[in-house]
Amino acid sequence: MSRYTAVTPEDLEQMLATIGAASIDELFEQVPEGVRLGRELDLPEGMSEQEVYGHLLELSRANTSADDEITFLGAGMYDHYAPAVIDMLLGRSEFLTPYTPYQPEISQGSLQVMFEYQTAISELTGLPVSNASVYEGPSAVGAAGYLAKLANGKSKFVVSRGLHPHSRETLRTLSHGYGIEVVEVPLSGGVTDPDAWAAAIDGDSCAVFFQQPNFLGIVEDAAALAEAAKNSPAVVVGSYDPIPLGILASPGECGVDVAVGEGQTLGNRLDFGGPSFGFFAATAAYLRKMPGRIAGETTDVDGRRGFVLTLQTREQHIRREKATSNICTSQALNALAGVVYLSWLGRDGIVELAELLLQRTAYARERLSGVEGVEELFDGPVVREFAVDLDVADTAAVERVISRCQDRGINPGYAVGRDYEEFPTALLVAITEQRTAEQIDMLAETLAEAMAEERAAAGVGEAAS
Amino acid sequence: MADASYPAELIYHPEHDWARVEGDVATFGITWYAQDALGEVVFFDPPDPGTQVEAGAPYAEVESVKAVSEVIAPLSGEVIEVNGALGDTPEAINDDPYGSGWMVKVRLSDVSETEALMDATAYEAILP
Amino acid sequence: MTTVAPRPPASADSATPMQRDEVRTIFEKGARGRRAFQCPPAGVPERNPHELLPESLRRREPARLPEVSEPELVRHYVRLSRRNFDLDSGFYPLGSCTMKHNPRLHERVTALPGHARMHPLQDPRRAQGALELMWNLERALGEVAGLPAVSLQPSAGSHGELAGVLLTRAYHESRGDARTKVLTPDTAHGTNPATVTMAGYEVVKVGTNADGGVDMDDLREKVDDQVACLMLTNPNTLGLFDPNIEEIAELVHGVGATLYYDGANLNAVMGRSRPGDMGFDIVHFNLHKSFTQPHGGGGPGSGPIAVSERIEPFLPVPVITRSETPDGPVFDLDYDRPQSIGRLRGFQGNYGCFVRSYAYICSLGAEGLRDASEIAVLNANYLLARLRELVGEELPLAFGDRCMHEFVLSGEPMKRDLGIKTLDLAKRLLDHGFHPPTVYFPLLVDEALLMEPTETETRETLDAFAEAVASVVAEAREDPEVAAEAPYTTPVRRLDEAGAAKNPVIRQELAADGA
Repeated sequence: MSRYTAVTPEDLEQMLATIGAASIDELFEQVPEGVRLGRELDLPEGMSEQEVYGHLLELSRANTSADDEITFLGAGMYDHYAPAVIDMLLGRSEFLTPYTPYQPEISQGSLQVMFEYQTAISELTGLPVSNASVYEGPSAVGAAGYLAKLANGKSKFVVSRGLHPHSRETLRTLSHGYGIEVVEVPLSGGVTDPDAWAAAIDGDSCAVFFQQPNFLGIVEDAAALAEAAKNSPAVVVGSYDPIPLGILASPGECGVDVAVGEGQTLGNRLDFGGPSFGFFAATAAYLRKMPGRIAGETTDVDGRRGFVLTLQTREQHIRREKATSNICTSQALNALAGVVYLSWLGRDGIVELAELLLQRTAYARERLSGVEGVEELFDGPVVREFAVDLDVADTAAVERVISRCQDRGINPGYAVGRDYEEFPTALLVAITEQRTAEQIDMLAETLAEAMAEERAAAGVGEAAS
Repeated sequence: MADASYPAELIYHPEHDWARVEGDVATFGITWYAQDALGEVVFFDPPDPGTQVEAGAPYAEVESVKAVSEVIAPLSGEVIEVNGALGDTPEAINDDPYGSGWMVKVRLSDVSETEALMDATAYEAILP
Repeated sequence: MTTVAPRPPASADSATPMQRDEVRTIFEKGARGRRAFQCPPAGVPERNPHELLPESLRRREPARLPEVSEPELVRHYVRLSRRNFDLDSGFYPLGSCTMKHNPRLHERVTALPGHARMHPLQDPRRAQGALELMWNLERALGEVAGLPAVSLQPSAGSHGELAGVLLTRAYHESRGDARTKVLTPDTAHGTNPATVTMAGYEVVKVGTNADGGVDMDDLREKVDDQVACLMLTNPNTLGLFDPNIEEIAELVHGVGATLYYDGANLNAVMGRSRPGDMGFDIVHFNLHKSFTQPHGGGGPGSGPIAVSERIEPFLPVPVITRSETPDGPVFDLDYDRPQSIGRLRGFQGNYGCFVRSYAYICSLGAEGLRDASEIAVLNANYLLARLRELVGEELPLAFGDRCMHEFVLSGEPMKRDLGIKTLDLAKRLLDHGFHPPTVYFPLLVDEALLMEPTETETRETLDAFAEAVASVVAEAREDPEVAAEAPYTTPVRRLDEAGAAKNPVIRQELAADGA
């Protein structure tokens, strides 16, 4: 008997008698002898609760978390502050432990949360239709691709290289299955090359994808990118960072058909990459092609307001091989964090937060550009993240600089060259409201030291050339 | 919801579809039995006018809350009109399956196909 | 628990102010200018924001997010939470869902800053604890599955399935073998056929025999060199272990196809029988089922996959590696995998879920996992025996005699003789304080009730549930109308789902701005 089961020897005897079986082994007789394991699994012995806690604590201490260093690392997930109310609400049994709301009469809490979440995402994106969330950001981009395939059946995805590398790779993995070709459009001056973009879009284009702000942190002219696809069959997909949307032109205002994005920054933890949620919103034309769960408002037999899962005929449990997606559920708990966070920020708060990021990022960009051997990579507008170019030999050298900074307690960001051969010596620096002016000053000083060390190690003459 | 009925002036396909033939144009819909089996219809997804439909093949979808059914064409031809009113009132398919619940009008490519369909008596005989 | 409160008189008109308040959304609360957030000062020399971000790139319409104070925010969501049923307060015999207890230890360890506050792109040298945890979890899952390699990346069971079918595609393509079809049993969950289409294959259904297993004649007829894969759940959705599994594997491998194990029902056989030993090439786990994650009202989950040696080269990137050094083992992420299918999502997967399931496996160990499956099977057979004793005529077992971890009853006799449907029974159980079993699945049983009690429920709970089912049946014998209109005691009663689908209202309409 483990601590999570409750069958005493006496229970066992009585239960077997009720069943009419002599032993537990007898209950497993339908398993053919040839496939019975016949030994114990080769796993360590079980542990008491405090031993497990100790082991997991020890593992956690072998990690350098965002609490252990001042981090400017972003590139898709960001160290934003999540208010205490989120921990408290997500820890409630009534939100933490229910199943998917198949029985709406006893799931009004979860269903109303979905409805409120959908409303918040719809407001943020300026698009009328939102589902109740999907797995996370890059797979949401993949899901948008499948929607486009079902909508127009064309053969080509046109993808800006400003789209997060994980999103591009995910899209390529998924589209290989259903046979759509992926064409990448390069960046020019830090944004999607408008001429190459327009030239790549034609009558075979199934969907076009860009990211806002793009991977280098630069704000794209989303309206122009969408406009370029207007005379093609392509579904225009934008992958958005939600907090900058407090001030950036919304997907709806820019003529984007489907807006998706990573929801981690909306009240979710970093969690080494997940779980978080992906948001997925669209114009009304795609309502019946949406993947995933959607909650809708209705009334009960007594006329009381209530909420149900609706438009379920899109989904796999009904439409099976013709479903709009194979996804079974949403990321309900993470989406709850999202709507609580957006309600906590509020209408004015999200604007104030985005403006704060704008100011601090501008300050950081200026400070770092003043460091010897560090230059702005591109000068386009940025909100929360920007790239600088380090005067070092290669990507490995950038990674050494990062490591030297980390040894001093500061994580300066992400080595862009890991994913972009065209920017081998770029460093991507992210700002949140948790990074103060003093910390930004420390970053500039630390980066200067690390650069000097790296250049000295590489040989001054070489570094200066 | 109306009581079970199978009007004598219509002809029937075994997949529970009816046709009303006037010259070389036929109106299609689903039978009382089909709408009863489906339950309350919440959505009708019609073909575009101009679409070619083929006898025995699906041409539209009809949805209840927890089911989707393909609607089978009893005869072949080109869709010349779609019942747009079903967009707002799909329940007409339940309430009046042979009247306001009609689905499409089709210009028949081969009127002789009607000979393969059943009359009301023959159709009722195949119902469980 | 069997006494039922009388039907309350509350209606839309007679609702008290508090009852009316309960169904107002967060968007209908608060007031313009109210807030819970206090923005910190920028603390940097202020620049003209319109120079930093030109007007042409700025939004014209504000996002009309809620405007509430913190107390309002807390009260709103706490009150909403009370309109939910949840596993911590009640029994969920939901077949195929494995609603086992969620230990609170898991929430505590997952929240440790060294786990919760880890950035996914942290240098692997500074993420050794996370990578070691993932490595250990991979090894444990591989041992449970009886397969040598594991990827934790997929975000859910459905995502794991997609990974599995894409791996199958990559495997065949690497051999220059373009295949077109995937076989799924007609009892399969809808995800299987949906996944097959998304991976670019055609679905071919295989029938079920009179004993509830795969129809071997039908399989023999359909398995050919165009078949890429057979997707199977074992024990299947009827709660029965397929006695022909070895022959099935032989047939499928005989034509060069892969055998895919949908891990939905793994909780029946942990430490007793392993998919790898049955001949499966690819297995997906539902960490939120067998390895206990809180379901969160519908997510998050996690769907790792285990694969055989021939499939291993195609696993998604990155792959975790471990190498011995003089200073001990070092863990890293390997992206250089030329045959990989690529990524399925961002970063490394739902690490928060890995921490919980790893803690669970550490707690239980080998013996505990086996015990979990054994008690799950014992509890299911006990509940089945109790229900047969009490309502065996109205709700007979659909297939077989004994079951594994779950079983399917047919509500057909109850519907015929008593005039109440499975749905009515399910709704009436809500008034008894129980979550109903899975209903109308699997599709091949009329009026199906699929029940899975899990190992963490006590005998007393199983007895109480069986008695509740019996009392609903007895009540229906007297007056079927009671169940037909149930529930009566829930926050709302039966809802107009047809109305919701006909005229979809899927977001709150907000007053025009400036009003």
